[in-house]
Amino acid sequence: MFAFTDEQLQLRESVRRYLTDHASVRRMRELMDDPIGFDRQSYQGLFDELGIGGVHIPEEYGGAGLSYVELCIVLEEMGRALYPSPYLSSNVFAANALLLIGTAEQKAEWLPSISSGEHLATVALYEESNRSNVADIKQCVTDQSFTGTKTFVLDATVADVFIIVARDGPDPISPLRFWLARPGDANVHCAPMQSIDTTRRIGTISLENVQVERLGEATSDTNGFDRFIDFASVALANEMVGGAQWLLESSVEYANNRVQFGRPISSMQAIKHKCADLLLEIELAKSGAYRAAQAIAASDSAYPIHASIAKSAANDAYMQAAADAIQIHGGIGFTWDNDTHLWFKRAKSSQVLLGTSEIHREQLLDRLDLLEAN
Amino acid sequence: MEWTETLVRNEVRSFLETNWDAYKDLLEWRNKLIDAGWGMPSWPERWYGRNMPQSLQSVVAEEFARVGAVSVARTGIRLLAAETLLAHGNDAQRERYLRKILTGEETWCQLFSEPGSGSDLAGSTTRAELVGDDWIINGQKVWTTSAHHADFGLLLARHDWDVPKHQGLSYFILNFHQEGVEVHPLKQMNGHASFNQVFFNNAKIPRSDQIGASGDGWQIAMTTLMHERRNAGNIFVEARRRGDFNGPIYEQEAEENKILLEPYTWYPQRAGRVDLVLPRAKATGAINNPAARQEIAKLMIMSRCAEWTALRARAAQQQGQPQGPEGSLGKLAGSNIARQAAKVHTLISGVDAIASGEDGPESGIIAEILLSVPAISIAGGTDEIQRNIISERVLGMQKEPRMDTGPFKDVRKN
Ligand SMILES: Cc1cc2nc3c(=O)[nH]c(=O)nc-3n(C[C@H](O)[C@H](O)[C@H](O)COP(=O)(O)OP(=O)(O)OC[C@H]3O[C@@H](n4cnc5c(N)ncnc54)[C@H](O)[C@@H]3O)c2cc1C
Repeated sequence: MFAFTDEQLQLRESVRRYLTDHASVRRMRELMDDPIGFDRQSYQGLFDELGIGGVHIPEEYGGAGLSYVELCIVLEEMGRALYPSPYLSSNVFAANALLLIGTAEQKAEWLPSISSGEHLATVALYEESNRSNVADIKQCVTDQSFTGTKTFVLDATVADVFIIVARDGPDPISPLRFWLARPGDANVHCAPMQSIDTTRRIGTISLENVQVERLGEATSDTNGFDRFIDFASVALANEMVGGAQWLLESSVEYANNRVQFGRPISSMQAIKHKCADLLLEIELAKSGAYRAAQAIAASDSAYPIHASIAKSAANDAYMQAAADAIQIHGGIGFTWDNDTHLWFKRAKSSQVLLGTSEIHREQLLDRLDLLEAN
Repeated sequence: MEWTETLVRNEVRSFLETNWDAYKDLLEWRNKLIDAGWGMPSWPERWYGRNMPQSLQSVVAEEFARVGAVSVARTGIRLLAAETLLAHGNDAQRERYLRKILTGEETWCQLFSEPGSGSDLAGSTTRAELVGDDWIINGQKVWTTSAHHADFGLLLARHDWDVPKHQGLSYFILNFHQEGVEVHPLKQMNGHASFNQVFFNNAKIPRSDQIGASGDGWQIAMTTLMHERRNAGNIFVEARRRGDFNGPIYEQEAEENKILLEPYTWYPQRAGRVDLVLPRAKATGAINNPAARQEIAKLMIMSRCAEWTALRARAAQQQGQPQGPEGSLGKLAGSNIARQAAKVHTLISGVDAIASGEDGPESGIIAEILLSVPAISIAGGTDEIQRNIISERVLGMQKEPRMDTGPFKDVRKN
């Protein structure tokens, strides 16, 4: 259970090779100034060449029919390469919303075109009230119609299918549900938001009396939102540990080459010990992220516990790696030309998305309690 | 023979069915186990084993546990001694020592650290001089766990002062039952006295008890340390739950453990006793304190992720994948967990944290945790030394410039 299979290792290898060839840092820097922010050709290659458009989507819906573990391997590699693309928003988050909550017809209607890259979908979670705790959503849908603004929507300006999370009716304790706005609705207005992390685009969407379709049945269980967030947190955590690992490797390489006081700075304990501590923290976070992916793949009912562990450990490891990497690089680490800040910014955007460590730690204890009570 | 899980399970089962008997004498039973190769099945067949892959050991252990069978003696330093003899000893030495290590008749300790050389083990200044057919030993060791009831010690000492320090060391088996060896217990900050000072005043070692050749000492010590680090944590205390089983052999075993495990009663506490955290947090109400909750959760996350990391390392090893970094991190992870646990126990206990013995929470266990955790970052190689090893061997970072090259006699010492 704790080792990757040969097939999984091969998958990792082929994604890494693809991203090395198609997603250089130089290309990423060009895209940072691009209004779209990602390379359509290399993104399309994920579907056509690698066949990973729907890694964990069942074959009947046009996916590869693999498990969450394989999906997380792909994400870890994307995080390592800091690959800018709507993969997380469309192929993971939106696909998950459909997989977890959608009816059979909705899955059949949308998943194949998401798995093929024909549609770019995104899930709109954030609004005024839930900046810290993502569950504090107040906006609602009434009579299948939504009016309001969502913020921090991943890839808002390139997506054409929007899945909005809103309450089912004006009662503040009515359940959170997922609502789909069809492509081409003239009353959906998107605008980019400025973010410190230009490798992950965000935007606002404003909707005015837009007819939306509920994912799933009206009677379907109300835990869908929690499940969605946990699955998303695990996906993000796996992406994050990949980025943290890149930061450590680039710091070690820099330290081995940079000479001060007549010797490489990597021979100095203040630097070595930082790196050893980082390695430990990153390996622990990887274990948390891998374990959570396995729990989801195995339909282990304890997966919410693992999700909280994974996101919290990944948050702390990635931010620590980012801060230490800059420190180890010295002055050059604080420049725009050096690549470290790109990962630093991704670490920060990932840390706050879907809950900081404090929130996940609090949740962890609640969940352990619940598990015991059952 | 190609061992498989089923084969191992069947063989152990049938062996235990025919031979296990809780009314046997402990020594007689262990000798039987040793002859059959089920005491240390991963050892070579020539030396009481069955050449079985390490990864199938757990199957054997499971079968023993199922019927409550007692195994060979494993506690303390004895297995480090055995592994060192298997790797570097000669047949006469293996013949003389291995069996009585496993029967529990003879107990060992590790005579490495000295007042002047701890982390810098190769800086040993204990003197070994060959006079006739005996090595004459003079000097002092310190922090020697279990020396007060040891029969033999693994001794690192210097025979040559004119060569660089790693080259002048030799490795010996020291017999404690002689005039030239004196053992003085050292009281620790937690009140226990599990380690000792050991003085050598013309102590004698017959030539036949030198392991390897003169100058091989450092290399052999590395084997011992490798086994120590690999087994960090589980080497000292075998969890024995004999709950449902009865028979005189268990009384004999308990009698033995009372002596052998006495130095290690506080070892679970030095690892932080994570198991006590949630129950105590609930009992004290600290579980409702948001600040405590954060620290408790940090501890849980660290400790679970460390468990999974160890499992990852083991699984990769079993699949024959190259060892990744996960394997070298356990000791440092254990230190971090222990320190965080001590912090959390303090948070949970408040002023109760200082009440000790029968006046303290959990009959003094909490106080013992707080006073034992510092040891975990020192014993078996300090945290700083672990970080050096991890950064150099795993991450490939550069070594520090050295000030201790050249003939050892010219190197600065304490
Ligand atoms: C409970 C316990 C049981 C023990 N049992 C045994 C035993 O059975 N047999 C035995 O032989 N020994 C035993 N030891 C000894 C133990 O291995 C040593 O204490 C340990 O290796 C540290 O050596 P030292 O005490 O001389 O400290 P020093 O080596 O003097 O270290 C002092 C400080 O300096 C730091 N330091 C030293 N060198 C470096 C470096 N290169 N880089 C960075 N920092 C450095 C250390 O990390 C430490 O913080 C035991 C110790 C304890 C606490």
